[in-house]
Amino acid sequence: MLLLRRLLVTLVVLAAIGLGGFWLLTDPRIVSPAPEVGALPAADLDNGKLLFAAGGCASCHATPGQEDRTKLGGGLALTSAFGTFHAPNISPHTRDGIGNWGVQDFVDAMAAGVGRQGEHLYPAFPYTSYRLIPPKALADLFAYIRTLPPIEGKAAAHELRFPFNIRRLVGGWKLLFFQGGSFQPDPTKSEAWNRGFYLVNGPGHCAECHSNRNALGAIVQATRFAGGPDPEGKGWVPNITQDEANGLGKWSKDEIAELLKTGFTPSFDSVGGSMADVVRNTAQLSDADRAAMAEYLKSLPAVQGPARPRGGGG
Amino acid sequence: MIRTVLVVAGLGLGLTAVMAQSNPIAERQQIMKAVGGATREGAAMAKGDVAFDAAKAQTVFKTYADAAAKMPALFPDSSKTGGETTAAPKIWEDQAGFKAAFVKFGQDAEAGAKAADLASFRTAFGAATKNCGTCHEVYRIKK
Repeated sequence: MLLLRRLLVTLVVLAAIGLGGFWLLTDPRIVSPAPEVGALPAADLDNGKLLFAAGGCASCHATPGQEDRTKLGGGLALTSAFGTFHAPNISPHTRDGIGNWGVQDFVDAMAAGVGRQGEHLYPAFPYTSYRLIPPKALADLFAYIRTLPPIEGKAAAHELRFPFNIRRLVGGWKLLFFQGGSFQPDPTKSEAWNRGFYLVNGPGHCAECHSNRNALGAIVQATRFAGGPDPEGKGWVPNITQDEANGLGKWSKDEIAELLKTGFTPSFDSVGGSMADVVRNTAQLSDADRAAMAEYLKSLPAVQGPARPRGGGG
Repeated sequence: MIRTVLVVAGLGLGLTAVMAQSNPIAERQQIMKAVGGATREGAAMAKGDVAFDAAKAQTVFKTYADAAAKMPALFPDSSKTGGETTAAPKIWEDQAGFKAAFVKFGQDAEAGAKAADLASFRTAFGAATKNCGTCHEVYRIKK
């Protein structure tokens, strides 16, 4: 009896230590420390505008059902295996948007996935990619967003299934899958390649859709860029590695850049679904930036993605 | 035995032929392929890779107009899936919007058919091909 009780006490203590450890380790500031912004030179609004296009901010945050991509009232519903996410209002409205945010708040969100209340943000918001954008550039983007019209009204709260609705668990997800740090150029590669790497992996967040994900919703790095089922559950996202059969192996750099400008494939098929919206963003970049993205994509080794189901609805 | 196999095989062939004729998925994919081919020719002229040719320009817009006229009827309820279609469910949820998109495409194609020089062709071709992306964004799934 005494032995049993001692065992029970030990178990409770161990569980408490475990929980405490988990609590500590999943603290947003511990698992995902954001870079310190510090003092910055005056914001470059042109660079902010470019990043706004390259990052595709409007694709998720523009108020649905109207044309103006600078109205960032949010509300777009993103369906997933975990439930439905609703893109928040990121217009500079002081009550409903991010009008009260400081630069550091914005950097916390973009580079570390931490909200203004110090809470974890769900990786449906691709800070896993945006973290590559250096703090100075993030400050430019923030300054640009602040010039846009404030939009009234909050988006609906996320509707997620248990246990995914427990935000703290995102800390555990970050421990497993999130790597912080902004982009470091590779000095052995060309300037164009580095620019392409940055645009594709950072603001462009191409891998977020063009990769398949594990059961916890994290990108499977071994098949990064090799395509997979549409995370929103409709159709298939193509392989954009140099795979000959299903990827971009047979595409020239010019053809890749052309798709990013006009939405036309080499066979003059016009891309559909949310890629059409992505093209609306990449069309705003310079020819040099689109060429850089193509330069980088042509350097991706051929990787075979998950097998694509044949027939029916594909 | 051999005769039975032959008869069954013959029936199978016959059925396949009939199905190909009344297969709206195959038909619309064929039409879209023609639109893509026309766009290739148009883009080459617009970019100046080949010389502007008024007759060729007419053909491009004719292909577009034909597609705009025929496409709306090729999406019966029975053709929501199969044949590697990339048609989005939205087509059947929003028939009015879907049809309106083709009306607009048809109008832009008709306007384009009047283009007699390179400059006006470029403008009209740009306007007409804008429909590709806007329509595909809503009514087509990724593939």
